[in-house]
Amino acid sequence: MTPKKLGLKQRYALMTRGLDWETTYQPMDKVFPYDRFEGIKIKDWSAWEDPFRLTMDAYWKFQGEKERKLYAVLDAFAQNNGQTGISDARYTNVLKLFLTGVSPLEYQAHRGFAFAGRHLRGVGPRVAAQMQSLDELRHVQTQIHTISHYNKYFDGLSEFRHMHDRVWYLSVPKSFFDDARTAGPFEYMIAIGFAFEYVLTNLLFVPFMSGAAYNGDMSTVTFGFSAQSDESRHMTLGIEVIKFLLEQDADNLPIVQRWVDKWFWRGHRVLGLVAMMMDYMLPKKVMSWKEAWEIYFTEAGGSLFTDLARYGLKVPKYADVATADAEHISHQNWATFYQYTHAAAFHTWMPDRAHMDWLSEKYPNTFDKYYRPRFEMWAEMEKQGQRFYNNSLPQLCQVCQIPMVYTEPGDPTKIAFRCSQVEGETYHFCSDGCKDIFDAEPQKYVQAWMPVQQIFQGNCGGASIPDVLAWYRLNAGADNMDYVGSPDEKLWNDWHAAAARAAG
Amino acid sequence: MTVQIKTIDLEPRRQTFGHVARRLGGDKPASRYQEATFDLQPTDHFHYRPLWEPQFNIYDPRKTEVVMRDWYALLDPRQYYYGAYNIARANMNQAVERNFTFVEERDLFARADDGLKAKLVAGLLPVRHLHWGANMNMTEICQRGYGTAVTAPSIFSAGDHLGMAQIVSRIGLVIDRHTGTSLDTAKAAWMNAPEWQGVRQLIEDTLVERDWFQLFVAQALGVNAVLLDLVYACTEAAFGPVTIPVAMLTEFMADWAAEEGKWSDHVIKVVAAESAENAALVSAWARYWIDRAEAAGVALSGLLTGEGAAAVTAASAARARAARLGLTL
Repeated sequence: MTPKKLGLKQRYALMTRGLDWETTYQPMDKVFPYDRFEGIKIKDWSAWEDPFRLTMDAYWKFQGEKERKLYAVLDAFAQNNGQTGISDARYTNVLKLFLTGVSPLEYQAHRGFAFAGRHLRGVGPRVAAQMQSLDELRHVQTQIHTISHYNKYFDGLSEFRHMHDRVWYLSVPKSFFDDARTAGPFEYMIAIGFAFEYVLTNLLFVPFMSGAAYNGDMSTVTFGFSAQSDESRHMTLGIEVIKFLLEQDADNLPIVQRWVDKWFWRGHRVLGLVAMMMDYMLPKKVMSWKEAWEIYFTEAGGSLFTDLARYGLKVPKYADVATADAEHISHQNWATFYQYTHAAAFHTWMPDRAHMDWLSEKYPNTFDKYYRPRFEMWAEMEKQGQRFYNNSLPQLCQVCQIPMVYTEPGDPTKIAFRCSQVEGETYHFCSDGCKDIFDAEPQKYVQAWMPVQQIFQGNCGGASIPDVLAWYRLNAGADNMDYVGSPDEKLWNDWHAAAARAAG
Repeated sequence: MTVQIKTIDLEPRRQTFGHVARRLGGDKPASRYQEATFDLQPTDHFHYRPLWEPQFNIYDPRKTEVVMRDWYALLDPRQYYYGAYNIARANMNQAVERNFTFVEERDLFARADDGLKAKLVAGLLPVRHLHWGANMNMTEICQRGYGTAVTAPSIFSAGDHLGMAQIVSRIGLVIDRHTGTSLDTAKAAWMNAPEWQGVRQLIEDTLVERDWFQLFVAQALGVNAVLLDLVYACTEAAFGPVTIPVAMLTEFMADWAAEEGKWSDHVIKVVAAESAENAALVSAWARYWIDRAEAAGVALSGLLTGEGAAAVTAASAARARAARLGLTL
């Protein structure tokens, strides 16, 4: 009898899993030294379902084709000065936040998935993680290439690499990813593969790309479309990982639940930057942060966790607090950056009347009551030449590293403070979520490189703000301060005056 | 006559990013490769030590014994960033597809009798496992190495080895008419046939090597330069009547080896040229892994060609190559 021809699934299995073998000249525990200490139990790696079946030849073909198209658009955008066609030069501040805060995370993801792609003992997830490592390298490199053209004309982009490792607010995304990178391979997969790529990606990647689409940024939105199919692969990997861990052993559930709780909260804190971008920085708005949270977390996340309930997994702890926060977080963050505009590498502004009306409409419960009066007062002070700056250095949360500006759940007039003691030192937190994370691993979080403490310890170029800005390589007077009066604004106005003259 | 479209020239404020300009010695136009490579890896202010290796930072130059003042001296002569890499491989792969179609349509393996088919299965197909071990090594170098200049091309190389393992697998599927039986037999040979055990032991030993630059040398000069060259260079002697289809279906590997060698030679040469200490370390590693590969290759060469000489030839070529890179063997 002739054996049957292989089906697609079997063929893929032979082309990937069939390559792997149990080592005998070296013990498997020495070949894979890092996948035991987290306590995750895997009985049968072969039960892994490949979330996508992509051989390298197909990968090269699809990805090569996408790259050809993307770079053709980038070239055309540069040749035709596409940057003059965006909605307003204020929009470029979104790109500044993205390139300094997010693109370096793609790089970290690239190296992190290489770690998982080498050190997970199962061959199926190893291959999938390797492809994601390649994809993440693609994302950081294509983002740099996309925004490179803007860097030629606008400030605040040029030193993104240097700034990411130093500037106070950029330690928020940096410490988030350092946290995941220093965890074991399974926690990394839950943190980045599941919590970040699956649960929260629609609240990070999508708002930036939709913002680009709404604001005439052809090059960034083309990148977004081009990366979309990569992102959906990453999402299917993320969901497969969590199901696999939960199916393998009941003992995995409490460990995975703790990671889901931790990474949901940590992700939520990082996303506060996106919230502010959506509500305050996009000249043409896509939707409010609150609306995005309802659609992508409350609804989509709700059905996800309903689906995962059969494994015993619960909705992340403090999801209710995060949902309540969605009414406040963008306003509190923008107010913070407005006060510290001299120390930020993007421009700020007070919303004009139409923009405030939009915020009132989108946030009927909170904006008029808590934030509009403050913003109107600041706008008035500006008019009188008394623009408000906060010249103190803020206390930071030891976990998320955001200044302690957030308010108590249920009381938006009172700042939330939490603290814990470790070996005679007091550590401060912005929330119960961050305190819980610290208390579970205090020895990890006491190590954090806290930007404000580092300034006070004299490790950041000096004691004065100009010293620190120089150490950040922040070009004071160009990269920072209000949009009105900035070189960006002047350049934009010059272009448009020239275009108006040319049009007669 | 030239046709000139008039465009609006806007004066740029700067040509490239600050960290790239400092590398270029001034604000000059930078290539896509340069902007996609220089200084991408964080070097400072790590927040936490890895739970799994607290003696090191996440990225730490001390994960190898060799020392470089600047790890970005190891630029890739091919100037690969992701887009350039994928487009190059997609082009190479078009030839692979054409060749598979050509060989299958004309049934070129029909010329192989059962004995020769068995020899292909036992002698050629197990090399897919060697590629897979190589894939793990290059992924390890990417995660563990220092500086994007060398780590980014390493994940490309990992992808290449996976791709080549899959091309070899497809050769098996052509031979066994898409039943997969040849791959099972080949795996049994990889695990148990005496001719493959030296090779398997060598690659397993590399899998536990924690010094990533030693691993790079072992992979480039031991695995690639001796063992893979040995297997792919023996085609004619080993598989006489089907030399042409085998050569066609492994054309990718030949092109790849030349290209990868250009890169890995450059990396090793620059690291060795940095200091006498580096040169001594890299030379010792090269000597050790070429010797091991030669010893492992003798039995394999015997299986393929009936004698051990091909392993000696491949090892001699690897030693000459190492000498050209400034190593003392």
